[in-house]
Amino acid sequence: MRSLIDIKELSLKELDSLIDTALDIIENPQKYSEKCKGKKLATLFFEPSTRTRLSFEAAMYELGGNVLGFSEASSSSSAKGESVADTAKMISCYADIIAMRHPKEGAPLVASMNATIPVVNAGDGGHNHPTQTLADLLTIKRKKGRFNNLTIGLCGDLKFGRTVHSLIAAMSRYEGVKFVLISPEELRIPSYVKTDVLDKCGIEYVETKDLCGAMPELDILYMTRIQKERFFNEEDYLRLKDSYILDPQKLENAKKDLCIMHPLPRVNEISVKVDSDPRACYFEQALNGKYMRMALILMLLGIK
Amino acid sequence: MNIDSIKNGMVIDHITAGKGMELYSLLKLDSLNCPIVIGKNVVSRKLGTKDIIKIDADIDLNTDILGYVDPDVTINIIKDGKIIEKKTVSLPEKLVNVIECKNPRCITSCEQELDQVFTLTDKENRVYRCLYCETKAKEQSH
Ligand SMILES: [Zn+2]
Repeated sequence: MRSLIDIKELSLKELDSLIDTALDIIENPQKYSEKCKGKKLATLFFEPSTRTRLSFEAAMYELGGNVLGFSEASSSSSAKGESVADTAKMISCYADIIAMRHPKEGAPLVASMNATIPVVNAGDGGHNHPTQTLADLLTIKRKKGRFNNLTIGLCGDLKFGRTVHSLIAAMSRYEGVKFVLISPEELRIPSYVKTDVLDKCGIEYVETKDLCGAMPELDILYMTRIQKERFFNEEDYLRLKDSYILDPQKLENAKKDLCIMHPLPRVNEISVKVDSDPRACYFEQALNGKYMRMALILMLLGIK
Repeated sequence: MNIDSIKNGMVIDHITAGKGMELYSLLKLDSLNCPIVIGKNVVSRKLGTKDIIKIDADIDLNTDILGYVDPDVTINIIKDGKIIEKKTVSLPEKLVNVIECKNPRCITSCEQELDQVFTLTDKENRVYRCLYCETKAKEQSH
């Protein structure tokens, strides 16, 4: 039984095929509107994430399937003390595929080891969130038409930002990719990402604190939120946060075809004034997430 | 007691000096009722000093633990007072219920009936990571 717990489980060929399916869905949505007729997706959300849950549900409905599940732990059996393994076995009797979000790292893997139906990791704590990365990849593909020979700026919280770590892992498999890692000193990329991923794949990267200085060479700018809780004191936070807020002024020296991305939800790290800039891709990115989830559901259910 | 005094059992030899007690506890040898001798800082031609553990019983030894803690040990199997087999161990690909994940956000921290599984992710540097959350196992004391 095939599941998707970690983006690294997908080969480049499988990724390509998911992207091809997603592009075909965008072109011919009616062709897919009954592909999952009679199938049920169980959305097991042990912590709330309305955005991700709705994306999965919309994906399944657009494939003609149905959805059941819960949206927080208190309304589920885990509140009564049921293990993830037992929940996975029980749900396997009712549904055809599971999308699971859980605050504990590794919970969806445990579910996949016990379920008799495919399990998709819809986010496990600060660990993995492969469908977010799928959304990011489709956005890059649609905007740039390629995955190789790109200079990708990652900006903000690179220490705790799991979406950033997954995107690095996924993009490090392509030729000619260069990363510009833009963050305050306190939130630099963890050393294991450098040694285990970047160095291992022979990927070129630079670390900098200067967003404006890095801007001119970027093909993609991936923004993330800097959370106040990550800092030891308020002054450091206030001193630093403005340098990592994207506004039209900072974009003056950017390429004309820059692609600005953000996993959303945004707080204030991208000024709303940027929204009308044609280079802003973040809302499209959310839409792409739905298409990739549709493609993934089809793949895992073995539906052509 | 020396090797000669063991009738049927085993000698774990060439243990890096100082690791004998760690192996003793990880292998749960304290739960055995047979005679066990631990030699600490024994003079060795090959290593300078070494630790050695002699177990006077034919037990089912978890060689994964040996490979994880000290992959250069040799195991001598003794039968009727004679060494009948010398075994070496290798770095195990997987450790089940040998070490525990210390990450409080890991699923194993709240579901205690789950096996503690670590996999070898970097052979060269002997890095083991939790199967569930990928947290690196605490460095072995070398
Ligand atoms: Zn763990």
